[in-house]
Amino acid sequence: MRNVDLVIIGGGPAGMCAAVSAYNAGAKDILVIERDSDLGGILRQCIHNGFGLHRFKEELTGPEYAYKCETELKKFPIDVWCNTIVTDISKDKIVTAMSSERGVEKIQAKAIILAMGCRERPRGALNIPGTRPAGIFSAGTAQKYVNMMGYMPGKNVVILGSGDIGLIMARRMTLEGAKVHAVCEVMPYSGGLARNIEQCLNDFDIPLYLSHTVTDIHGSDRIEAVTVSQVDEKMQPIKGTEMYIECDTLLLSVGLIPENELSKSAGLTLDSITRGCRVDQNRQTEIEGVFACGNVLHVHDLADFVSEEGEVAGESAAKYILGKANTEKCNINVSTDGKVRYSVPQKITDTTVDIKLYYRVSGVFDNVMVVAEADGEIIAKQKKAKVVPGEMQYIVIKKDTLKKDTKELKIRIDKA
Amino acid sequence: MNRELTCIVCPMGCRLTVELNGKEVVSVSGNTCKRGEDYARSECTNPVRVITTTVRTKSGKILPVKTDKPVPKELMTECMRLINNLCPDCDGEIAMGKIICENILNTGANIIAAGK
Ligand SMILES: Cc1cc2nc3c(=O)[nH]c(=O)nc-3n(C[C@H](O)[C@H](O)[C@H](O)COP(=O)(O)OP(=O)(O)OC[C@H]3O[C@@H](n4cnc5c(N)ncnc54)[C@H](O)[C@@H]3O)c2cc1C
Ligand code: SF4
Repeated sequence: MRNVDLVIIGGGPAGMCAAVSAYNAGAKDILVIERDSDLGGILRQCIHNGFGLHRFKEELTGPEYAYKCETELKKFPIDVWCNTIVTDISKDKIVTAMSSERGVEKIQAKAIILAMGCRERPRGALNIPGTRPAGIFSAGTAQKYVNMMGYMPGKNVVILGSGDIGLIMARRMTLEGAKVHAVCEVMPYSGGLARNIEQCLNDFDIPLYLSHTVTDIHGSDRIEAVTVSQVDEKMQPIKGTEMYIECDTLLLSVGLIPENELSKSAGLTLDSITRGCRVDQNRQTEIEGVFACGNVLHVHDLADFVSEEGEVAGESAAKYILGKANTEKCNINVSTDGKVRYSVPQKITDTTVDIKLYYRVSGVFDNVMVVAEADGEIIAKQKKAKVVPGEMQYIVIKKDTLKKDTKELKIRIDKA
Repeated sequence: MNRELTCIVCPMGCRLTVELNGKEVVSVSGNTCKRGEDYARSECTNPVRVITTTVRTKSGKILPVKTDKPVPKELMTECMRLINNLCPDCDGEIAMGKIICENILNTGANIIAAGK
């Protein structure tokens, strides 16, 4: 069996940035394993711009952002295996990898970073009545077809779901000559960024139907039309609101799920809301020496935050390998009030460092005060004119504001 | 007259209110930073966008490209038509940043490779 200090699974921005920061923090024996033919992850198919404003102070396309990360990575003697899929990891950090070049190989790691990203919710998870003709794609699959294979899935398009991928694809298909007839969103608000509604829909006069969903699919071989209906507060279709829209393509942009089969095989439990591992501020999971970052941990909207999280995980993994990890630990549980849907990290084990707590809210709230309360005492607050589920936020917990014996840190939303 | 806009310069997506006197911008509010004001002024006088798309190279590879500066919004369709007829020969090299087409439609913007 091969021995490697640090194995990183996934070569997207999370994995690449984790590798560089681990190297800079002193880990020298690092292997990045990527199942695709190239590094970059999902960014390779995100040819639109809007990446890197925080990190590189310029507006980059996804491939440009990935290229910057890769160029940085290649400055260091970090091993990269592409075309290699990790099929299993065990509690004692044995990584099983498979490739046509090397066959099946087992690697004993001292530390592992999980950076497998996420995948789209399959259509099976959605209950749309009607037939199952051809012409129905997930938005990400369509994105891959158009942007990486140069193939247009159709000419007359309806999109279900208004998350960023759906919005971006509405513009992309329009620019390539298709007609996007409607974007339907079951919620009363869009899950995507406001800027994407503006530049991807409004620029092209594509209608966005909020509180609407696809209630029927028509066509036998190829999809011919969909029925779109308005829904009430209980998400039930309202009779009499049906619209019949002819189309040859239906794109489903209905959310992403962290890809955590490997984490489960290692015996890690998943957070029921984020669907990722539960981690501390170092992005260390319940298993010492196993870390997670990027979309595999929680779905991010900005690659910049993914990179930042990769760096936290990389540095922590290096410290763990070098025996420099803080061992004087506390155990503070982070909880949320429901309006704040979740936070990452879920646990704090060190009060001597500043901690950036990421969170997402469960609805649209105006003029609020986001409050961090440690065992009943307010230790940080933040005023926000508006918070929406589509935009991840963070609040900084300054070092030494938490006490070693603090039990619970609660993040909640109050009226401002 | 007031016009409501969403700033598209960064993911904050600030809601902007532009006070207009005919076509002239009198004031901009709601922006968090200066870039928002610049955006509002441009959007009300000469709206521009960066185009990101792909071209098929001589050998059939799909290469991401973009305009290296924003082009007038009303020229987007025309630009797309021209870009889709490009067939650059840049295989076997890392194309990132390479100019694929100069000064498209006299906009002053070049089409450059935005992938490798
Ligand atoms: C369609 C779309 C549009 C987006 N638009 C924007 C935007 O405009 N601006 C912005 O800032 N952000 C955007 N994002 C968000 C951002 O791009 C992602 O959050 C970020 O790329 C996630 O990085 P990651 O490294 O965590 O995951 P990924 O990029 O998904 O990388 C994970 C990698 O792990 C590999 N992998 C998975 N399992 C295995 C295994 N078992 N063995 C080996 N390798 C494995 C995968 O092949 C993949 O390469 C967008 C995301 C998507 C999906
Ligand atoms: S005004 Fe500034 S902060 Fe607000 S969206 Fe525009 S660029 Fe971003």
